[in-house]
Amino acid sequence: MKSLTLRGWVTLVVLVALALLPVFVNMTGREFYLVLATRLVILAIAAVSLNLILGYGRMISFGHAAYLGIGAYAVGIPAYYEIYNGFIHIGIAVVVSAAFAFLTGLVCLRTRGVNFIMITMAFSMMVFFAFVSIEEYGGDDGLVIEVRSEFGRWVNLENDTVLYYVCFVSLLGILYLIRRIVHSRFGMVIQGARGNEDRMQSLGFDTFRYRLVCYVIAGALCGYAGALLGNFTSFISPEMMDWTRSGELIFMVVLGGTSSLFGPVLGAGLFILLEEILSGFWLYWQLIFGIFLILVVLFAKGGIDSWLGRRPER
Amino acid sequence: MGESVILGIKDLYKSFGGVAAINGLTLDVLEREVHAVIGPNGAGKTTLVSQLTGVVLPDAGQVVFRGRDITRMPAYRRPHLGMARSFQITSIIHDMTVLENVVLAVQAKAGHSYRFWESAIVDDQLTEPAIRALTQVGLEAEAMQIAGPLSHGEHRQLELAMVLATDPELVFLDEPTAGMGREDSTRMVSMLESLKGSCTIILVEHDMDAVFALADRITVMVEGRAIATGTPDVIRADRLVREAYLGEDMNTAVK
Amino acid sequence: MDWTLLTVQLLNGLQFGILLFLLASGLTLIFGIMDFVNLAHGSLYMVGAFFCATLTQWLDSFWLGLLLALPATAIVGVLVEQIVVRHLYERDHLDHVLATFGLILVFDTLTQMIWGPDGQVIPLPAWLDGQVSLGDAIEVPTYRVAIILTGLAVAFGLFILVTRTRLGMQIRAGASNRKMVSALGVNIGLLFSIVFVIGAVLAGLAGMMIGPITEASIGMGNQIIIVAFVVIVIGGIGSIKGAFIAAILVGLIDIMGRSYLDVLFKMFMSAQNAETSAPAVSAMLIYILMAVILAVRPSGLFGPRGR
Repeated sequence: MKSLTLRGWVTLVVLVALALLPVFVNMTGREFYLVLATRLVILAIAAVSLNLILGYGRMISFGHAAYLGIGAYAVGIPAYYEIYNGFIHIGIAVVVSAAFAFLTGLVCLRTRGVNFIMITMAFSMMVFFAFVSIEEYGGDDGLVIEVRSEFGRWVNLENDTVLYYVCFVSLLGILYLIRRIVHSRFGMVIQGARGNEDRMQSLGFDTFRYRLVCYVIAGALCGYAGALLGNFTSFISPEMMDWTRSGELIFMVVLGGTSSLFGPVLGAGLFILLEEILSGFWLYWQLIFGIFLILVVLFAKGGIDSWLGRRPER
Repeated sequence: MGESVILGIKDLYKSFGGVAAINGLTLDVLEREVHAVIGPNGAGKTTLVSQLTGVVLPDAGQVVFRGRDITRMPAYRRPHLGMARSFQITSIIHDMTVLENVVLAVQAKAGHSYRFWESAIVDDQLTEPAIRALTQVGLEAEAMQIAGPLSHGEHRQLELAMVLATDPELVFLDEPTAGMGREDSTRMVSMLESLKGSCTIILVEHDMDAVFALADRITVMVEGRAIATGTPDVIRADRLVREAYLGEDMNTAVK
Repeated sequence: MDWTLLTVQLLNGLQFGILLFLLASGLTLIFGIMDFVNLAHGSLYMVGAFFCATLTQWLDSFWLGLLLALPATAIVGVLVEQIVVRHLYERDHLDHVLATFGLILVFDTLTQMIWGPDGQVIPLPAWLDGQVSLGDAIEVPTYRVAIILTGLAVAFGLFILVTRTRLGMQIRAGASNRKMVSALGVNIGLLFSIVFVIGAVLAGLAGMMIGPITEASIGMGNQIIIVAFVVIVIGGIGSIKGAFIAAILVGLIDIMGRSYLDVLFKMFMSAQNAETSAPAVSAMLIYILMAVILAVRPSGLFGPRGR
């Protein structure tokens, strides 16, 4: 058996813990942990998708939460019209997310630095405000759905444990997918292009196009996470797309360490655990959270990832 | 020699904020020659390279490559016609390995890179040409090392490997010996010598030893225009060149 | 055609634009000169409003409240710059964004701790609270006019500062070449601090001026900061002139759009369709405007030119 590095051990332990969690919940009857873990896994998927563009591609998108919202509404709006087919929900979530990423990407990927950050933020707020003004689907008050996505006999999402495992398996699948993408020719171009625009162009790469494709993939994956989120919460509101949500996603990615495959999962985990623990203690826990964030930025830039030692390979 | 013109530059003009960096430059580069471009600082040599590689587009004039007007062609399309360049300030990708850097160069020419599944680094079609290029410049031993921490000389070698890996027809070398010590420079020059004849080289250089060792023809640029073009002997003897060029270098090279 | 309504809305649009300009001008200076992405700018807007509210209540005078809240906001600006921001100038934008995001959490929570979760009202003196007539039949709220006039005065003052004073020259030079300015002996650290504080005061002033209308509330900066960003992107980073034009444009289009888009839609679609789609589209108008302008000019109207 190959010996594992510290990084390998942590990854393994976390994955096993997540895999066995429902068993633990079943034995102890603590439903609450299942709820927490489901939310963790869904946000981990969102963070992992963000890392594709943020970590590997160095595109600082401050509007990624928009896709969570789009995915969630892709479940909510059809449900509102009594369309409960899960395949349709996921299809809409992924396609609309990809389309939104494509259209907004066409505009924002031509810009750099500060402009890019602000524009991605602005576009996500555009969707936010659009949904706020659509009275039909609840507007500011949001949308409540009674029934989760239906996938036929085999997969019954009404069962919380089944939903959890769907999310967990999705996370595993998406992690594997991203791993392949990162090591592929496409991934090489994306990684080469961060901070080396001129070099890549003079080699012959149309970096704009590659970035756009990467941006669309990340958006689509996050849209899928949004569909899972919509099923999980059954209360869907524009709040999900607020730019502060996008900020939290970025925080998760940085906390876990950018451009590492599993980092965002660890970051999402730490973020949610901290949130749970702190909010239980003090009404004004966000103060500590904010200070913690500032301290992390000032002093612990590499995130959890850097505490786990040097990566043997990317 | 006696070859055809591979790159024709006609009346090229580029100004920045009212100051003309290139001021009516006309120049023909012959197939498979090593054509050096020299001149005092501020003559416009670097601007010329960026115009020819498409990084900055000219205000007026024409650039023709093998009969095709490429004046306004974007930078990322030019390598596919057979052009390659090295940068004056080393532009390797620091956090990738030496091999990965060259693989990227090979990949760029090998069709599109919208392949999302197979690992690039284990693909023989990419790694074989890459290793060949690295061997040519003498860097094959460092293939698996991260590029950033290597020495300056090794960075320049890597730059050259990335150029060679694409099997180019026309190469722009922007001060390839910049910042190198004597030993590294000599090695670079002999490497470039071994390239002579296999492709066309446009060489922008300050190091006169390198220029006179390598060049088939030399163009002297002053204030954005070419004041003389010819073989090294002709250039050495040209009075205009002697006057215009603030060159102690010129005089020491003339022995 | 209801002329009163039209005039009032035009005035509202102008006023919103002026407010946006106050926010955006400081921000665009900070972006342009320090290359620093300050998400917490909206927090300074909020802090200004709360200071003004409390001081107005204590001193029973809007003028005194306003006048004293300005230096108070400036002090907060100095503290923020010295304690957090100045360590980040050399870092990349991601760090700026995360740290200032953390600052927003800190400010929002601190404000809640000090003032409680409810908003604070800023009472206006009687003569500002009334109406003023323009021409014969049109009456508009005095305060809105006051905001516009004040904002224009501040804009003029900024213009003089940037184009006619030594500080302004240093600011403009710093915007194009920070290292050079530093090499010429200008104290860059001091210059950055001054620029940051100017931005903070401008933001605070905007908050103080809108406070009487909307009341000072927690998180009030978080939504308007987005609109300020849109203004800066449209105007071009670093350009005060761009910020002014873009702010007025965005302010007018947003307000007029919300009021009149359904009227426009009704001209070529059914009343019912117009009424459901107009609110959503008018909410998106300024972002569509931003996208259109960026498509033609990726650096904004007056931004740094590309190659």
